[in-house]
Amino acid sequence: MSDAIVLTGRTIRLSRRNLDAVLTAMLLPILLMLVFVYFFGGAIHTGTEYVTYVVPGVMLLCAGFGSANTAVTVTNDMAGGIIDRFRSLDIGGTPILAGHVAASVLRNTVATAIVFGVAFLIGFRPAAGPLDWLAVAGILLVFILAISWLSACFGLIARSPEAAGGFTFLMMFLPYPSSAFVPIDTMPGWLHGFAEHQPVTPVIEALRGLLLDRPVGDSAWQALVWCGGILAVAAGLSGVLFRRRTG
Amino acid sequence: MAHRPAIEASGLEKSYGAVKVLRGVDLSVAPGSVFALLGPNGAGKTTTVRILATLTPPDAGRARVAGFDVVADRRRVRRAISLTGQYAAVDEMQTGEENLRMMGRLTRLGRVESHGRARELLERFDLTGAARRTVGTYSGGMRRRLDLAAGLVGHPEVIFLDEPTTGLDPRSRQAMWEVVKGLVTDGVTVFLTTQYLEEADQLADRVAVVDGGRVVAEGAPAELKERVAGQRLDLVFGDVAAYGSVARQLGVRLVWSDADRLTLGVATDGSAAHVRALLDEIDPSAAPWTASPCTAPRSTMSSWP
Ligand SMILES: Nc1ncnc2c1ncn2[C@@H]1O[C@H](COP(=O)(O)OP(=O)(O)OP(=O)(O)O)[C@@H](O)[C@H]1O
Ligand SMILES: [Mg+2]
Repeated sequence: MSDAIVLTGRTIRLSRRNLDAVLTAMLLPILLMLVFVYFFGGAIHTGTEYVTYVVPGVMLLCAGFGSANTAVTVTNDMAGGIIDRFRSLDIGGTPILAGHVAASVLRNTVATAIVFGVAFLIGFRPAAGPLDWLAVAGILLVFILAISWLSACFGLIARSPEAAGGFTFLMMFLPYPSSAFVPIDTMPGWLHGFAEHQPVTPVIEALRGLLLDRPVGDSAWQALVWCGGILAVAAGLSGVLFRRRTG
Repeated sequence: MAHRPAIEASGLEKSYGAVKVLRGVDLSVAPGSVFALLGPNGAGKTTTVRILATLTPPDAGRARVAGFDVVADRRRVRRAISLTGQYAAVDEMQTGEENLRMMGRLTRLGRVESHGRARELLERFDLTGAARRTVGTYSGGMRRRLDLAAGLVGHPEVIFLDEPTTGLDPRSRQAMWEVVKGLVTDGVTVFLTTQYLEEADQLADRVAVVDGGRVVAEGAPAELKERVAGQRLDLVFGDVAAYGSVARQLGVRLVWSDADRLTLGVATDGSAAHVRALLDEIDPSAAPWTASPCTAPRSTMSSWP
């Protein structure tokens, strides 16, 4: 445990000195939000103010895209000699990866809060009460945690930071075929099946329901089951991958 | 206790796929001594170090380090050793001091103790002035010294150094040698690998020569030099390219080299047949430059050293 804390501190120091990556992870969702709200928003009819409709999707994009960066930090470590040194100090894979994931959660929590701030500036006015906000924070946190750990697995598979960067692409595009930016019923029929059942959709629906103070229905627990499942699989898989990579 | 070897290995074997990297390596290293594993590229030095440092299990054979089995008692071994690998294992984006303090915390020193230990090692390795700079701005020699310092933070009993001076200029190499010599005065055991007999001679109490995954010779440096070479053949080259390519080709058999005078010394038994065989071996690679008389190797015989 104490090793994981020391290694979290290390990853945070490393990201503070690699601010480009952190800023990109934040600027991109903000720019997309501005593009959607000001360029496309007028043409998209969602039944609410478009900025209010789109913010949950933007939050998710920010959280997913930022967490995916864990793949890159893990790959960078695996490529150098530092993992051998840690292992020769009897530090196992779990604290090493947990250090990356915990730093990612902290980094992305801050980034997500900042993106929320910008959303407020451009007219986002949710109807959520304090409890709803708590639930929103909880869901985002679990989502960030799950995606960070999943992306640590990609980092263990990828052989170069460039390849690991591919995971950020996946996380950037996954919100599009979902209800993040436009209602699913406006998409072609063949896409409905995927869009309705992919993990991003219940997370978005739950966030949107909570923020707009509407009934969330099944989406909240579906979101938690998805995130919990991804987290469990990723944590187990990462142990196996780490041993295979370093054996 | 005092007489048990610090490192003991017998019959170590390791393959990667179809490639047999180690074919039965036996070693014994006395506590408080410096041991050098000498061998050319691909001889199996790094593989041996990784097995002894518990990072990879052998396919066959056994090894004990600091009295513990490297497979069965891996964790106890890890608490007694440190490894400074062939490629620097410090974070470029952290400062020298941050790297060392982190190592302190990871070796279970407290916050204050880690701080003190970092200061002490920075001072000892002449890095105090660069303590607050990120490692990315360090020279190759400084980075190597920091890397070595990082391995010492936890007061290890046995220290593994994989090619500690490869890629350093002569002055930094000299500085590194002084540092390594200093380690033994603390009573630790040092196991290092190198491609240069000269380095093994400078630093080690005992040397094992590995080639093709086997120990082909072992002994004190002086003994070894006598055994491999009663006589030395000096080759003088006309250009740096030829000097470099033949140096790589000869590998561990080089007993001496002088880059300024483009001269390489090769071990020989002094017989005409052996000298002829050596020259024949070098010749094919010499083809592109023997055409020009000024770059052809000129050879002289001299007796050792
Ligand atoms: N993980 C691996 N997978 C496949 N082959 C490997 C692996 N590690 C080492 N080898 C091979 O084993 C052989 C010995 O490698 P090793 O790194 O032990 O040599 P070395 O003596 O340290 O060489 P160098 O001086 O280049 O560092 C080489 O042919 C290398 O290609
Ligand atoms: Mg090596």
